Amino acid sequence: MTTKSQALLNWVDERFPLTSSIKGHLTEYYAPKNFNFWYFFGSLALLVLVIQIVTGIFLVMHYKPDASLNVSGVPVAFASVEYIMRDVPGGWIIRYLHSTGASAFFIVVYLHMFRGLLYGSYRKPRELIWIFGTLIFLVLMAEAFMGYLLPWGQMSFWGAQVIVNLFSAIPLIGPDLSLVIRGDFVVSDATLNRFFSFHVIAVPLVLIGLVAAHIVALHEVGSNNPDGVEIKKKKDANGIPLDGIPFHPYYTVKDIVGVVAFLFVFSAVVFFAPEGGGYFLEFNNFLPADPLVTPPHIAPVWYFTPFYSILRAVTYPLFGLDAKFWGVVAMGASVIIIAFLPWLDRSPVKSMRYKGVIFKTAVAIFVVCFCILGYLGVLPPTPGRTLVSQICSVLYFAFFLAMPWYSKIDKCKPEPERVTFK
Amino acid sequence: MSVEQKMDSGRRTLLLATSAAGGVAAVATAVPFVASLTPSERAKAAGAPVEVDVGKLAPGEMMTVEWRGKPVWVLRRTPEMLASLEKAAPNLSDPQSEKEQQPEYAKNEYRSIKPEYLVAVGICTHLGCSPSEKFKPGAESGMGEDWPGGFLCPCHGSRFDLAGRVFKSMPAPTNLEIPPYKYIADTTIIVGDDGKA
Amino acid sequence: MKSRVMSFIKRVAAVALFAPVVAMAAGAELHLDKAPVSKDPAALQHGAKLFVNYCLNCHSASYLRYNRLQALGLTEGDIRDNLMFAGEKTGDLMRISMRRDEAKKWFGAAPPDLTLVARARASEFGSGADWLYTYLRQFHRDPNRPTGWNNLVFPNVGMPHVLWELQGEQVVKGGEHGASLELAKPGKLSPAEYDKAVADLVSYIVWMGEPVAEKRKTIGMVVLAFLAGLFVLAFALKKNYWKDIH
Repeated sequence: MTTKSQALLNWVDERFPLTSSIKGHLTEYYAPKNFNFWYFFGSLALLVLVIQIVTGIFLVMHYKPDASLNVSGVPVAFASVEYIMRDVPGGWIIRYLHSTGASAFFIVVYLHMFRGLLYGSYRKPRELIWIFGTLIFLVLMAEAFMGYLLPWGQMSFWGAQVIVNLFSAIPLIGPDLSLVIRGDFVVSDATLNRFFSFHVIAVPLVLIGLVAAHIVALHEVGSNNPDGVEIKKKKDANGIPLDGIPFHPYYTVKDIVGVVAFLFVFSAVVFFAPEGGGYFLEFNNFLPADPLVTPPHIAPVWYFTPFYSILRAVTYPLFGLDAKFWGVVAMGASVIIIAFLPWLDRSPVKSMRYKGVIFKTAVAIFVVCFCILGYLGVLPPTPGRTLVSQICSVLYFAFFLAMPWYSKIDKCKPEPERVTFK
Repeated sequence: MSVEQKMDSGRRTLLLATSAAGGVAAVATAVPFVASLTPSERAKAAGAPVEVDVGKLAPGEMMTVEWRGKPVWVLRRTPEMLASLEKAAPNLSDPQSEKEQQPEYAKNEYRSIKPEYLVAVGICTHLGCSPSEKFKPGAESGMGEDWPGGFLCPCHGSRFDLAGRVFKSMPAPTNLEIPPYKYIADTTIIVGDDGKA
Repeated sequence: MKSRVMSFIKRVAAVALFAPVVAMAAGAELHLDKAPVSKDPAALQHGAKLFVNYCLNCHSASYLRYNRLQALGLTEGDIRDNLMFAGEKTGDLMRISMRRDEAKKWFGAAPPDLTLVARARASEFGSGADWLYTYLRQFHRDPNRPTGWNNLVFPNVGMPHVLWELQGEQVVKGGEHGASLELAKPGKLSPAEYDKAVADLVSYIVWMGEPVAEKRKTIGMVVLAFLAGLFVLAFALKKNYWKDIH
């Protein structure tokens, strides 16, 4: 490094922790060397966040949150999306990146969460990372839900209609609450405008703040690994973990491989199947919103469906409150309960590698139930399906609520002293 | 295990190749984003050539059509109006239309293809206001005794003659712009397309 | 360790695939004929011509500009001379002059904009093209309807059979179940010619739903090829760095 640039760097370092930040978070941040495939999804989630923000900024330049009808009798908001798709140069790429990015975000985040579940990444001392992560997931759902209204298609409109009406199930304040959310007696231009504001400004700010907190907390305690052993327990003479390697360059070059692989799959969808078989862009959303006609079959977008199924599974009134209320409670609880995982898991080991057959079976059943619930959520309900979703919902909650018990009696294998590598 | 020590030549080559390919990918990704900042098909359609039927204009009458969001005047000049151009010439800042404010075919004393019809962009070359009609010569227009007839910009008082040429010592630096245009029939003009661009 | 995770994933996948079988239940089945969608410019031009002549009177295509039809191999002059009537500019959107409130009075519902109809009509029973192809071939005479027409795919449809001169008149044979159509009065085209005309029209409507579709795939091939190359480089780079880690 030349003396001049060194001098400039010194000048900056006296005023801003540049070098120390790079060291602390990259070149001297020691990550366990045994990360596997599942550890790509953290950096990928960050990548998708950046994709969504950048494409979002450019979409806002052309999109108009206006539910009034233009001269052709089409809502201005709907027409402005088609304007982006057809008239804005490069607009279709940007829009497909954003719409595919929404689904990709959830795929990546679900896999990232599953990784945490697999290797006990939520266990002490990483409880706060896990709580921040759960909050990110919650905020992400709000962000996706409000963004989905903006194209002002039939699914946008009726999806919002149904979800906002859920809030009216809350006793006492419910009806007023949904009125305040909509800003009108029906989902309308007022709703569209406030959802736009939340989607492009408020929620992203919160999201970025939470992501920052998530990463700061992670770098404070250090990353977990597939063996679930603390690398900080075994250090060399310089205080560097024996099984740790600097994040940069080792995990930057590794994550780049993951990023390119992800971009390959992502681009394949964007350029060859942007509708994602009707799951990423629903067919009925190619019809402009019509407050007078509900599409014959409305379902939320795929990433909400596991929780939506739990909502629909509740069909019994209880304690004098109707089933709708308890459905909303169950749906809310199904997300919130994830945050309590650090205190529910009483297993002596962190990683699935050393957990016993009971815990493994429990996770397998949980994942299967989650997938079935997700699948049933896109289908119209029938008595048979409702029964299946009820069974799966019970198993979903049982996985969490019975965990203190079965994680304790489970026969675990001993954790190794050091991480296993190759 | 410092990075510098281990930097063998194979690694250096790979690093350069990957960075270069990554750079290409970044630039390629930027293309649609930058493209989205340029005028859309809607903007282009709004800027498409405009067909104007000038046959219905009475002598001395002017019509305004919109082209690329700007007012374009079509003025049918009477013989007296055409005569006034010569009278105005000594007081003009660019009587010969030397500055590039018109297509080659309008670089003449009438600044038009057919002397009778003036086609001009009705935007003052000073700060972009649209000048108003002061066609009547002399005091009748409130422009002084020796006014030959022309246009007055309401914003800063720039004066133009009936060929859109600016008078001397006015805020406007140049004559009014003449848009590209052509006749597709005796009295039908296409503004914005002269078959050359 | 990896194989254990893999076998776990396989187990999950097996159950996930089985789940649909459990969950599947009866719904209103819709039997659609597979539409022979063409990308041939001549077919698309023919489809555009049919669309402008038969559909664009009542239905708009208000997200599409006429000059976009140049992608079908037409010149701006062709478009102006053969496909435009009301003296619009070629940069204009394909709008209609019919007023929506009046249309609603006449047909019971304002005729929907058709630009995206091929994308909107897709369902689990088939693509939007399949639906359109079947729909446009299954109009039949029905004296109980105000228009005198009905449709097997779209029961009690508001639209009369605008292509009847070409197809002729069909009538229903058989009962509620297994109803079939029979040509009672032939039209200007033979059944095979009519099917071809409808196929061309549907191909055009599919194109109109996303004019950029072909370009998108072309760009996609380049992007994927490039990323594949970049993957090789990135993977080699990673291997090179990680050879230090033991």
